[in-house]
Amino acid sequence: MYVAVKGGETAILNSYRLLARARRGDAAVPELSLAQIKGQLRHAVDRVMQEGSLFDPELAALALKQAAGDTQEAVFLLRAFRTTLPRFGYSVPLDTAAMRVRRRVSGTFKDVPGGQVLGPTADYTQRLLDFSLAGTGSANLEEPTALAEPLPERLPCVLDVLNREGLIEPETPPPGDPAPTDLTREPLMFPAARATRLQNLARGDEGWLLGLAYSTQRGYAESHPFAGEIRMGEVTVSIAPEELGFAVDIGEITLTECQMINQFAGNGSAPPQFTRGYGLVVGEAERKAMAMALVDRSLRAPELGETAHAPAQQAEFVLCHSDNVEASGFVQHLKLPHYVDFQAELSLLRTLRAGFDAKGDAQ
Amino acid sequence: MKHSTSCKPQTGLHREGGRAATGPYSPYGEEAHSDADKASNWRYNFGYLDENTKRMLRRGLLKAVAIPGYQVPFGSREMPLPYGWGTGGIQLTASLIGRQDVLKVIDQGADDTTNAVNIRRFFGRVCGVDTTEKSADATLIQTRHRIPETPLKAGQIVVFQVPEPEPLRLLEASEVETRKLHAHQEYGLMHVKLYEDIARFGHIATSYDYPVRVNGRYLASPSPIPKFDNPKLHQSPALLLFGAGREKRLYAIPPYTDVDSLAFDDHPFEIQAWDTSCALCGSHDSYLDEIVTDDAGSRMFVCSDTDYCTSRREDAR
Ligand SMILES: [Zn+2]
Repeated sequence: MYVAVKGGETAILNSYRLLARARRGDAAVPELSLAQIKGQLRHAVDRVMQEGSLFDPELAALALKQAAGDTQEAVFLLRAFRTTLPRFGYSVPLDTAAMRVRRRVSGTFKDVPGGQVLGPTADYTQRLLDFSLAGTGSANLEEPTALAEPLPERLPCVLDVLNREGLIEPETPPPGDPAPTDLTREPLMFPAARATRLQNLARGDEGWLLGLAYSTQRGYAESHPFAGEIRMGEVTVSIAPEELGFAVDIGEITLTECQMINQFAGNGSAPPQFTRGYGLVVGEAERKAMAMALVDRSLRAPELGETAHAPAQQAEFVLCHSDNVEASGFVQHLKLPHYVDFQAELSLLRTLRAGFDAKGDAQ
Repeated sequence: MKHSTSCKPQTGLHREGGRAATGPYSPYGEEAHSDADKASNWRYNFGYLDENTKRMLRRGLLKAVAIPGYQVPFGSREMPLPYGWGTGGIQLTASLIGRQDVLKVIDQGADDTTNAVNIRRFFGRVCGVDTTEKSADATLIQTRHRIPETPLKAGQIVVFQVPEPEPLRLLEASEVETRKLHAHQEYGLMHVKLYEDIARFGHIATSYDYPVRVNGRYLASPSPIPKFDNPKLHQSPALLLFGAGREKRLYAIPPYTDVDSLAFDDHPFEIQAWDTSCALCGSHDSYLDEIVTDDAGSRMFVCSDTDYCTSRREDAR
């Protein structure tokens, strides 16, 4: 009987039904609402939006629900949906100095204008499992004390304010300030400009960036970083339609921005100074923003005349493997049928083996 | 094409014409075979991609046809099937397919392997075109890992799904370097690799994805087809297109182009051969799959091209 590959269609339809039931779980337990996911799993929603390259908390919540909490599957769903969306235009550059800051810390300066603002961080929670959250109706939420004095409307980056000696490299646009590549419309080509690299990293897999960033701290890139400033809050998004001739605000998004500073011994044309690595991520995503800043700096090695010997310094290696939709698809494609190629390899191996055995017999 | 005149940001779920706004929507389209359900998928553009994206793809294809075997970078889009599962081929097919086309989709030579079924269902949902299992009846054939045994005809287009478009990739990991090698027509690396095979094993130890020289110029990957299929690329009357979605490259072998499988004068190119014939149709000259039929390891060999095998058995009746 030759039945190896028959019945694919029926099997596929059945897999849908099984998947739907597995996703729903015990029908006696109330179904999750998108409002619950959006409101109570904000980090999961943020991550799906970052790596899905689409700011839409409601759709991200839907993707998470449909994917039963599988972040990468949710990212994939959002990316595929994104393909079908029309493009109206590009925003004007975001002004993070005008961020409505909810958190701002610096690891390099004890006192900074505006002060250090911890905000809603888990940093000092001691990570004890909170059993009061095990049930529902636990909310006994205390009102936080207001800041002694409100933050100013513009809060320039600490590094710029405190760089009176010129020991930190200035952050200036590249010569001619060219329009950045749009990686969602154009293929990644090498050498990739810094703006292109940052775009790739911003939508790259957090785990990939975290591992690479960690490697730069452990000797695979001689990185000596300090967290110059990390800030998180809301930034206004504006567009300037050509027919209007001026910018209109269309909404706001939450961003996390990280400015790392790194030692740099100088080279023929540049004096010894601190150099920068930059991270900017949608949502509350401090771990990713920091990792991104470290990797950004390590990818600047060729530009700064440093030898690029570590994985995190090699742009092709870092950028070609950062996308988890690509990586997940290709790793998992191995479960597709490969009968034909396997058959070809099998017959080749039989030939090689016959040759090897004949040689053995002859000896 | 959908046009919008408003720049008002809309949340996905409440987007005008958004899918959730018009009733229940199953992402899987279990009922996709009924006409009613086809109609309910009207919100997708014909072929899923918008017309501008299709135009971008076709521009890339024109360049690819003009420079046979040259890998053209293109702005590959995320498709609703995973990268590595045929997204390059799907994008090419989507950019080319018209309402009059008859589509055939095969994987491993078979029309009913799960991934082929899935891709055919996808185009059924977003295009509603006629599909066929008969190679001879198809105007557009999307394939993974095989070229049909039935000779291709002028006017047909075959779209190959390509996982790794760069034939030199396993010898040189860097894209910057391989682009230079192609520019300089510097293919020594590959010849050395094949030579080392001969020195070590007495013959070339590549059985699929066997490198070819297209039109005497570019070294190209024929995609992971068995080398058995390589001769079908040479002077093919059909247009052969190759799409690598994840790697964002496409390339082409135009009709009636010379395609040479790399070899040496004293070690000519050879294809696979079997001692046996197909257990079902008796064919002596098709590519055979080996099927394990019981726990004792008994085998049977049958055609990998299911349409070819079925037609032969029908004709014999
Ligand atoms: Zn047969």
